[in-house]
Amino acid sequence: MKFFAFIVVLFTGALLIYGTVDMPDWGDPGSAPNSHVSPRYIEKTLEETATPNAVTSVLADYRGYDTLGETTVIFTAGVVCIMLLRRFR
Amino acid sequence: MKERYPDVTIETVCRLLIPPIQLFGLYVIAHGHYSPGGGFQGGCILGASFIMMFIAYDIGEVKRRMREKLNTILCATGVLIYAGIGILCLVLGANYLDYGILHQILPAYPAKARALGTFGIEIGVGITVMSVMISIFLNIGTAGEHEGEPE
Amino acid sequence: MDTMQFIIGKFNYWIYIVLMMIGFYAMIAKRNLVKKIVGMNIFQTAIILFFISTSSKKGGATIPIIQGGHGDAAGHVIDAAQYLNPLPHVLMLTAIVVMVSTFGVALALLIMIYREYRTFEEDEIYETLEVMRLKK
Repeated sequence: MKFFAFIVVLFTGALLIYGTVDMPDWGDPGSAPNSHVSPRYIEKTLEETATPNAVTSVLADYRGYDTLGETTVIFTAGVVCIMLLRRFR
Repeated sequence: MKERYPDVTIETVCRLLIPPIQLFGLYVIAHGHYSPGGGFQGGCILGASFIMMFIAYDIGEVKRRMREKLNTILCATGVLIYAGIGILCLVLGANYLDYGILHQILPAYPAKARALGTFGIEIGVGITVMSVMISIFLNIGTAGEHEGEPE
Repeated sequence: MDTMQFIIGKFNYWIYIVLMMIGFYAMIAKRNLVKKIVGMNIFQTAIILFFISTSSKKGGATIPIIQGGHGDAAGHVIDAAQYLNPLPHVLMLTAIVVMVSTFGVALALLIMIYREYRTFEEDEIYETLEVMRLKK
């Protein structure tokens, strides 16, 4: 059973390594994730939000819905922990 | 952790270290616009200070400083602050979570009003992350079987 | 020389794939539920490292905080090639905290399982379930 699992892991790893052949090189300034939407964020963050830290302005302003959802997920995790474990006497 | 094992070295070091850690957590939240930091990181640091107190002392010490009922209320308060600022923007006539409209009630030009709205929701995120970290650690560290409110 | 260039350009992905496969092996081969959850955490860490590595730019790029951006800075010329990509940092910042929360929920579920079956081993849980089924 463990041998079978090892074969599956090796096969999946080989497929993923085959997939990296088409990935952009490490640190390539012209790669797809670095060239489409992020220059807009960096260039406009001071002008539009008066926040020098681009991470904060993207986190809370440009993508505020995303962060609202993540905060709700954390809140739900805390409530689930209390509901599962807490025993009042 | 559930019972207290007194040790002079550990308790003294923790008593000296916990206030600077909490001050640093507040600094990380408040200075998140100009340096690496923000609500998630500062909330984690604030939660870690209470977890440190829980490890060094016992659970009664933590619950005397941060009541369990207050902690659970703070969990929800952070999300309420976040959503409430969004609703405030909606009431003032802009889209949900569009902080630029806050310049009508804040003494700032629209771009600065966006920065202030961002700061408001960072505070909400920090409160939620802190209290959820404390709640998860207390409930898992004692399997949920701790006493009610002390005295 | 071309092969060397290829290896230098891609070796970081291979490291993350090795880390990810360690977590994947722990998830599918181990019989202990705690080890499975720790394997899931290793898997998530590999994905976080992968996302962070896509944000890097060669050529002297620094962290995405605009230099000289304090106070009024109208007309400030900003070159996007000088700063790292902020987007993967944002996504992974929230993902790390969510990872910790889901780890807490998983441990809470494990405590409930231990209260019910008095063990963390999958085989023994299946045996107990079989005995309970035959008793009915």
